[in-house]
Amino acid sequence: MNSEKHDNLISVHIDGEEVRVPPGTNMIEAARSIGTEIPHYCYHPKLSVVGNCRMCLVEMGMPGRDRETGEPMLDEKGQPKILWMPKPAVACATGAAPGMHIRTDSALVRSCREGVMEFLLVNHPLDCPICDQAGECHLQEFATDYGRGYSRFVEEKNVKPKRTRLGPRVMLDDERCILCSRCIRFCKEIADDDVLGFIDRGSYSTLTCFPGKELANNYSLNTVDICPVGALTSTDFRFRMRPWFLKQSPSICIESSVGVNTVVWSREGTIYRITPRRNDAVNDTWMSDSGRTLYKGVDSGDRMNVYTLEGRPADAGAVLEECVALLRGGSVAVVGSGRSSVEEQWMLKRTVEALGDEIPVYLVGRTEPGDGLLISNDRNPNVRGALLTGLMDTLPAATLDDLGARIEAGEIDTILSFGEDLCAAGLARGQLKKVRVIYAGTHHNDCSQRSRVEIPLLTVFERSGSFVNQQFRLQRFSRAIPGPEGVYSDLAFLALLHARLTGLRPMRPEPAEIWKHLSREIAALRGIEYDRISDTGVVIDGSKFAHLPFCEGKSLHYEPTAATAVS
Amino acid sequence: MATKVVERKPLNLAERSYLPQIVGGLKITFRNMWKPPVTLEYPEQRPNIPDRYRGVPTLVKDPNGREKCVACQLCEFVCPPRAIRIDPGEIPEDSEHAHVEKAPREFKIDMLRCIYCGLCEEVCPEEAIFLQDTFSVNGLSRAELVFNKKKLYQLGGTLPDSHYKWDKKRDAAEKGGDEH
Ligand code: SF4
Ligand code: SF4
Ligand code: SF4
Ligand code: SF4
Ligand code: FES
Repeated sequence: MNSEKHDNLISVHIDGEEVRVPPGTNMIEAARSIGTEIPHYCYHPKLSVVGNCRMCLVEMGMPGRDRETGEPMLDEKGQPKILWMPKPAVACATGAAPGMHIRTDSALVRSCREGVMEFLLVNHPLDCPICDQAGECHLQEFATDYGRGYSRFVEEKNVKPKRTRLGPRVMLDDERCILCSRCIRFCKEIADDDVLGFIDRGSYSTLTCFPGKELANNYSLNTVDICPVGALTSTDFRFRMRPWFLKQSPSICIESSVGVNTVVWSREGTIYRITPRRNDAVNDTWMSDSGRTLYKGVDSGDRMNVYTLEGRPADAGAVLEECVALLRGGSVAVVGSGRSSVEEQWMLKRTVEALGDEIPVYLVGRTEPGDGLLISNDRNPNVRGALLTGLMDTLPAATLDDLGARIEAGEIDTILSFGEDLCAAGLARGQLKKVRVIYAGTHHNDCSQRSRVEIPLLTVFERSGSFVNQQFRLQRFSRAIPGPEGVYSDLAFLALLHARLTGLRPMRPEPAEIWKHLSREIAALRGIEYDRISDTGVVIDGSKFAHLPFCEGKSLHYEPTAATAVS
Repeated sequence: MATKVVERKPLNLAERSYLPQIVGGLKITFRNMWKPPVTLEYPEQRPNIPDRYRGVPTLVKDPNGREKCVACQLCEFVCPPRAIRIDPGEIPEDSEHAHVEKAPREFKIDMLRCIYCGLCEEVCPEEAIFLQDTFSVNGLSRAELVFNKKKLYQLGGTLPDSHYKWDKKRDAAEKGGDEH
């Protein structure tokens, strides 16, 4: 923290403990900074504050001053006397003020929370056994802390619509809604698609879509994440698995070069859902709906999971030998991928170097209009990694026209494609017939059918590594599930291939091991240790590439540099 | 670690001849020969099973034939040897039990793993799983002893219900509780 920031910190006392926080911090965040949780429902750090749930009530006081002299009032012990407000205040909407005292656990505060909980539960259904939120429900959590354990409500509970379809991906159970309005504020403030609102009054208030509208924007599932109860559920995850069985693995979304931080939830090798992971410098607490469906490719029918030679399943060792023979037996072109990790791109570069000096290397660009929020124009998650590792020195073109021309000219005998479908990248069938193709990929496609050797690769959920996003932020992702049986990781296969070509011992295919070389060899990456990269990533100096016309436009927490804007 | 040598006392003559032990054993034999037997000729004779005995866990239906389990997966979580596997699913909207919304698509208990502890019965919020008085299950393969949902309902049958919780909810909705 730099010193001028330090200077304007203000000091507040939370349960007797002194905390220094920046001005404007509200009490919930101030308490969070020392690990004290103030229960809350409607407050969300990335949304406007409305203060309507009243769960966050705390006691607040200021040191007293004598009205006549202006001297601080002292108690018998000579300590400053705190004048406590007679009524509790909402912690979400009250900013910390210098010298302020807060009680988060007094008898008054507890009784406030108990009162709020009792009212919230008056009309709440006893749905936990069939409610998807159970296990990660704030209402359940605070009910165990502040609930009565029995109900004094003998009247009939309100009945509200259940199983309402709000949009293609979101279901609503109105009985469970505690009217916190987080979902409404999200749609209005973040997704810019104002479709939700409350109708009716009092305990009959009901969340609904405006007539003729539906919650269909590509960020709709964030409402499910921020709903503190089980009122909003995802149609995809609904009734599929309990969250307490799921293992959480930190990952990075490969949808675009934004590099959205995610958590992959899996059980015994099956992924059940993907949710955003908070990173205030990249995606705040949000992610797109389209990014959440990417796990479906893992088990899809066209998944490539065996090594093949000329279309027949083969042993990995035999495939490796054939690769070496093909790569040594003529002039070679290599196509890398902007979806490979930094480590894999570097390993591929080493492999290219082992093949010779004049090997043409390509990457396939994926430019599609983004949404200005969390999907950028560049749908490759790691083009900057290829620049940093030296695999590429220019930005990739969308199609491999140059490679096509070389094939036509008869300059190429063998193409090694590590992760890219050459047909989709613009090479014609006739062109592929003229060369021998080694195709490494995750899924079967036109290109795999026309290749002599097929090497199955792992999806991002099955490997570990790092990507460099549009901000030149290096971020790690880790393996959530094991890959198909008998398949080497991308890195391991490259390490073996490199070893066979050079006659050296294979490198240990662990990102941390590769980074020992990376941080030594590449100036911009100097001093970085893989295991020490923080969960929010590290920003790398990318000024060396500032002249390149990157295609990204403005998105959340990203402003294109001048050079980019000009292009 | 230091080794400690334990002194072993030499056997005396009586001990070495074994005779006192043989006589002692025979005494017990003859004493019990004239007493009534305490064992059963299992499996021809069967013991009386007390009420509240804990045997195989099974699933039950309510008197209206509704499967009571809602696939909350709490029993799967609590089961110490992880004998239970549940595949939860949604009840289709055109079903007569659509108001319950959720039910197991498949429910498997591995009887080779189950230790009849009864925790699943205790944790169940829907009173849907009960341990019966059957204590002996056998089969010729492991797969056969993983009981599926069909088999578990066959063994469980129907149980009286004093709450009809879900039916009450449906009735309240039909009565139009949201008219105001
Ligand atoms: S929202 Fe929470 S308290 Fe309400 S039924 Fe769902 S899990 Fe239970
Ligand atoms: S649906 Fe959830 S997020 Fe929306 S108002 Fe109700 S409780 Fe809050
Ligand atoms: S009785 Fe115990 S061991 Fe058997 S299924 Fe139930 S919880 Fe598991
Ligand atoms: S605890 Fe009861 S309701 Fe829940 S899954 Fe098990 S048997 Fe079904
Ligand atoms: S969190 Fe403060 S009123 Fe809801």
